[in-house]
Amino acid sequence: MKRTISEINEKIRSGSVVVFTAEEIIDVVRQKGVRKAAREVDVVTTGTFSPMCSSGAFMNIRQEKEKMKLGGGWATLNGVPAYAGLAAADIYIGATAIPENDPRNTNGRPGRFRYGGAHVIEELAQGKKVLLRAGGYGTDCYPKKRREQMIGLEDMNEAFLFNPRNCYQNYNVAVNLSEKPIYTYMGKLKPGLGNANYCSAGQLSPLLNDPMYRTIGIGTRIFLSGAEGYVVWNGTQHNPDSPRLENGTPCAAAGTLALVGNLKKMDPRWLRAVSFTGYGVSLSMAVGLPIPILDEEMMKFVSVTDADLKAPVVDYSVFYPTGEGKPRLGEVTYAQLKSGAIEVNGKSVPTGCFSSYAKAREVAGCLKSLIRDGGFYLTQAVSPLPGPALKKEGVAWTK
Amino acid sequence: MDKIKVVLSFPPSRVEDPIIFHLITDCGLMVNILRASIDPGKVGRMVVELTGDGDQLSRGADYLEANGVEIEPLTEEIQHDEERCVSCTACVPACPTGALHVDRETWVVFHEPDRCVVCLSCVDVCPYRAVTANFQ
Repeated sequence: MKRTISEINEKIRSGSVVVFTAEEIIDVVRQKGVRKAAREVDVVTTGTFSPMCSSGAFMNIRQEKEKMKLGGGWATLNGVPAYAGLAAADIYIGATAIPENDPRNTNGRPGRFRYGGAHVIEELAQGKKVLLRAGGYGTDCYPKKRREQMIGLEDMNEAFLFNPRNCYQNYNVAVNLSEKPIYTYMGKLKPGLGNANYCSAGQLSPLLNDPMYRTIGIGTRIFLSGAEGYVVWNGTQHNPDSPRLENGTPCAAAGTLALVGNLKKMDPRWLRAVSFTGYGVSLSMAVGLPIPILDEEMMKFVSVTDADLKAPVVDYSVFYPTGEGKPRLGEVTYAQLKSGAIEVNGKSVPTGCFSSYAKAREVAGCLKSLIRDGGFYLTQAVSPLPGPALKKEGVAWTK
Repeated sequence: MDKIKVVLSFPPSRVEDPIIFHLITDCGLMVNILRASIDPGKVGRMVVELTGDGDQLSRGADYLEANGVEIEPLTEEIQHDEERCVSCTACVPACPTGALHVDRETWVVFHEPDRCVVCLSCVDVCPYRAVTANFQ
């Protein structure tokens, strides 16, 4: 059985396309088997909704009558510094940026990080205006030196998210072996293995359903926080050579994606600022990736379940920050993580997650409806992402 | 026997008086202090579980009111903003009583005020700031 993306798009056009989410397809494959399911199903949709720190927005601020050069000067939005080392009217605000006067982790207390770049982005998406303060040095062509005004998305020629690292293919389960609580990007970790925090949609997660990046590549159209988005490059720290299981999925952090999408069209429901006590500000993004069922192998990949996916348990009190000690305390499946407790060093440890499975389901469902209703066509990647080195011994996916 | 959880607010003029002592000895109530914040010269606040029969509870309420202590139901102390909450479950292992819990079919997070003891463990761990406390 072979199927092409143009055949799938033809079926979307004619309204006969068959789409399931990566969660629904599990039962379909259980009942019908991989071969029959691959014949009948054209597309499987994935979804995730989670904090993704490496996110931010490029903005082109419309000039006033007297023009000003932001490039080489400085700019803040609601007090949050934006990067101004670009052309005259372009700035970039990163999700994790915080105001100069934020107390951070001073006075021996974990900071609250109540406001930052992610909050600015969320407020703009909600249609609110934010205070732009900017300064430049003045040139013959850009004489104005100071600017202070309330601006919204309507005052920008362009505003698009450009996220250099989103959608981690898999991630650590964070625990704390020490005797004091620690505050990390994986949340507050209670001492003595008090809790275990993880962050993945597991069986619904985009890159765990196309583990070898066979269909996802540069140019792949995606659902990005309610708008159309694109994969534009592999993400930073993309590591296709992470250890993998027999089913091809990595059992540690592996692939990542660089994503782009129009902020002006995003839905604030899917774009939410978060504050990690003691760590900082981040932005939760919704990413939905369609997976074309090109052949039986793709159907086998998307039928993966939480019980088939594993993540490493990592100590964030000593190993993660210093590299000293045991790198892994073990491996657990997402089915175990989702049961509410895992066993680490012989102790039952309650689990919590930062990636919302309820929202991941909604994202995959939204993308499924869009495709079925003819509002979203699939794209052929123009170039693949760097993949794992092939022919590793004992790995079943090599061809 | 009835059991109720309430928040008591003591006016600054009464924080140094042995009000809980009288609640136990004069009104016959069992008092379980779940959380307290008492400083001289400031409004003092206390989360308590009161156990007694109907008569003892109403005597206790009368005694507290007569002494200027305000009684509020506990349910208003922790607010779970369902719009702001995305059901990520970060709060679930932090909650010692299971007041914040997740339905493992729908994966939606719920807050049951009856089980909450206002320990505030959830407030710091919610990255969406969807759980807030009046009692600080």
